Amino acid sequence: MVKDQEFLEKKASYCLGLAKKLGATESSVIVNNSVSETVNFRNKKLDESNRSDDLGISITTYIGKKKSSISSSNLLDDNLNILIEKCVETTKNTPEDEFNSLPDKDLLAKEVKDLDLYDDTHIENDQKIDYLKKLESAASNDKKIVNTESSFTQNKSNFILANSEGFCAGYKTSSFTASSVTVAKDEKSMERDYEYSSKCFLKDLDDAGELGKQAADQTIRKLSPKKIGSEKIAIIFDKRIAKGILSTFASAISSSAISRGTSFLKDKVNQKIFSDKINVLDKPDILKGLGSRNFDSEGVKTDTLKLVDQGILKHYLIDTYNGKKLNLKSNGRCGGTSNLYFENGNISFKDLLNSKSKSLYITETIGHGSNIVTGDYSVGATGFLVENGEFKYPINEITIAGNFKDMFKNITLANDLEFKYSTNSPTMMIEGMVVAGK
Amino acid sequence: MSNFFKKSDLSRSEAENIISDTLQKCDDGELYLENSKSESILLDDNKIKNSSYNSDLGFGFRAISDEVVAYSHSNEISKSSLKQSSENLKSTLKSVKGTYNHEIPKSNKKYYENINPIEQKSLNEKIKILNEVNNYLRSKDDNIKQVTANFLGEQKSVEIIRSGGETLTDVRPLIRFNVSVMLEKNGRKETGVYGVGGRQSYDSYLKDDNWKSVCDEALRIASVNLESKPAPAGEMKVVLGPGWPAILIHEAVGHGLEGDFNRKKTSAFHNLMGQKVASEGVTIVDDGTIDNRRGSLTIDDEGTPTEKTVLIENGILKNFMQDRLNARLMKTKSTGSGRRENYRHIVLPRMRNTMMLSGNQTQDEMIKAVDKGIFAVSFGGGQVDITSGKFVFNCTEAYEIVNGKIGSPIKGATLIGDGPSILKEVSMVGNDMMMDPGIGTCGKAGQGVPVGVAQPSILINKMTVGGTKL
Repeated sequence: MVKDQEFLEKKASYCLGLAKKLGATESSVIVNNSVSETVNFRNKKLDESNRSDDLGISITTYIGKKKSSISSSNLLDDNLNILIEKCVETTKNTPEDEFNSLPDKDLLAKEVKDLDLYDDTHIENDQKIDYLKKLESAASNDKKIVNTESSFTQNKSNFILANSEGFCAGYKTSSFTASSVTVAKDEKSMERDYEYSSKCFLKDLDDAGELGKQAADQTIRKLSPKKIGSEKIAIIFDKRIAKGILSTFASAISSSAISRGTSFLKDKVNQKIFSDKINVLDKPDILKGLGSRNFDSEGVKTDTLKLVDQGILKHYLIDTYNGKKLNLKSNGRCGGTSNLYFENGNISFKDLLNSKSKSLYITETIGHGSNIVTGDYSVGATGFLVENGEFKYPINEITIAGNFKDMFKNITLANDLEFKYSTNSPTMMIEGMVVAGK
Repeated sequence: MSNFFKKSDLSRSEAENIISDTLQKCDDGELYLENSKSESILLDDNKIKNSSYNSDLGFGFRAISDEVVAYSHSNEISKSSLKQSSENLKSTLKSVKGTYNHEIPKSNKKYYENINPIEQKSLNEKIKILNEVNNYLRSKDDNIKQVTANFLGEQKSVEIIRSGGETLTDVRPLIRFNVSVMLEKNGRKETGVYGVGGRQSYDSYLKDDNWKSVCDEALRIASVNLESKPAPAGEMKVVLGPGWPAILIHEAVGHGLEGDFNRKKTSAFHNLMGQKVASEGVTIVDDGTIDNRRGSLTIDDEGTPTEKTVLIENGILKNFMQDRLNARLMKTKSTGSGRRENYRHIVLPRMRNTMMLSGNQTQDEMIKAVDKGIFAVSFGGGQVDITSGKFVFNCTEAYEIVNGKIGSPIKGATLIGDGPSILKEVSMVGNDMMMDPGIGTCGKAGQGVPVGVAQPSILINKMTVGGTKL
């Protein structure tokens, strides 16, 4: 089972002690352990089981304004001695950087709230197999489904973050994840789609049958796609794609991109970057939240931030190093956002589909087509043509393109937000994008 | 070579006994041990931003019965840990009645030297070069607003112990040197990125101020992009330059020819063996045996020596890439393509250096043959949906072609095509095959492995360009 707090704390304090002895003026350490067990099914049969037991340690040492770090999966004291010695030695030989330092002491988290992130339940492989049997039987009901691959993972993790300023805290988290990938075939085409559910608590996981059926339905409806012509058209992003646009926004307001000058949102705080009705929140204290946490990866307390208020950018995501560079205080976002989401819009999903006589509903994008330096966006896409609120036929082999600066100002959100991932968006419509097809 | 049992309460013979006992009625399986050391030294924003070192040790124990794979990995090389893994594998496979396949081909060939690139150059020397890179670039162009340069070095020792105690080992060096610049002019920002690397020492790539040519290339790409105009949208002819643009081959057909997707019949290519899948004159190989290349391997991660596998010969589909599991189930032999990111992951059939071989036309002839289209010189990355066969890649340097002449540079756009049909649209194959500079990483099922690509210039009759200009 996952290592307890005492073991991790002992390793952490050993490292801090040794680093100090070897000449580090400040240091920090993270020790973690994660045990996960996965069972995979394929076409209603057991395909793979996988157990992983991962230990990891990462240590950063400072000598004045010099800094270096090491990481390892080998936690034997012998090995740690060699590595810490190497780390301190490297630190001495690394040039100074005036912004290097541990976080300000008064910003560190003072208390660790119980955010209900750990479920002690252990699900045996046989129970996982029962879940997957039910899932796959629902997924392969329709004759058009020719392949099913499903997976169930239980993960239990524990960590300790400690630094030479006396900070020492950590806690256990758990996750239970089920997924199903199905392939459907007809005379003209073969298509793949998926469905997925991940929760902190086993009892909250989606019903196996529902999940399998949903994966299959979403795959079958993609069969016999058409390619459409190139034109300017309103795009509706399914929630699972819309969340990616929000993630791109988050990378563009990270203090590292801002301080390096490599973001199209540099110097945009207190300026309007979205349409009036748009609010973006990052809320770390949601009970059982997939992105919930008490402090960031430097130990800095994380409070809820309203990143965008009625279209106006209010905050960057700030860590200690880049904060000092920008003359701003860390807001506990080293390592990124927690539970990030767009607040609901005020139109239903149905009304959003109906709002244009013709639009494209996108369910999948491929390619790495987001450029946060310029804001340019161009990706391959799969989806459906929507006419007067109805899905007409599936579409593929097209691209959609635009620039985030314009796209953000043309967003309309539906009121169907749910917390399925750590970053979430309601269904999103963006007008004025270009589709390239035939 | 690492001695994995030196500091452990587990002796090699005890480990061999546990392995043989666990695998006795399985069809295949092994204990995979790995010790890797890696470093990253990063210059960014005029400063050495990061100097870090990682040492990773662990094992992965695999047992296979028919189609079922049981896997367990841990960082603790100890008696209790290996026994727990063994119990875990046995509990998954329950009643096994296979016959262990002891056969594994042997070879004495090695495609890289047993070196540790990290130790071959001191930290101070590496920092000195990074600072020189920064100064060199910033003094070259006043529009430079950001320079990032980094060294990545690694030495990975692997040992594979099979049932019966047969042991195979390999020590794999790998380095990479990258430079990225951002230019700003009249409020517009553009970046250019270039890098080199492979399985040799840093100095093999950087000696005699060779790093300057890496800087020049990154700066050249950024400068071109600063003058770029919006890319066109729609179907048109596309000329691809030689070398790195071969990630088109990697995405469009490479992934679809991996054994697992074809055994499972989820690849768009699964029923096309022996059929014409490309224009005449198109030959594609996947080669793990080229000296010191990023995608080369002396043995794969199951211990099979790598080879040069012909995938498509003169337009006809000849072979898939196989690991041992998929080869057995498809009644063929492993092509030495079984790879894993590290001991945390199961083996999958993967590409090594995927190459389209030269034809006999020139790039000039291709450009002249295009009335309206684009000339793509460099790409950022790509992705494929192997089931529908649709793939994309993102241009980082491209130009429009108007009436047989290269015109203005165009903004980065995504190109999209259909894997099984794209190679039939290849109407000219150049005589200028080139390897990529040694920077590619391929992702599959959450695992990244180093790969190479190569191709000559090619002309594709029809592809969709995802620009914004209608």
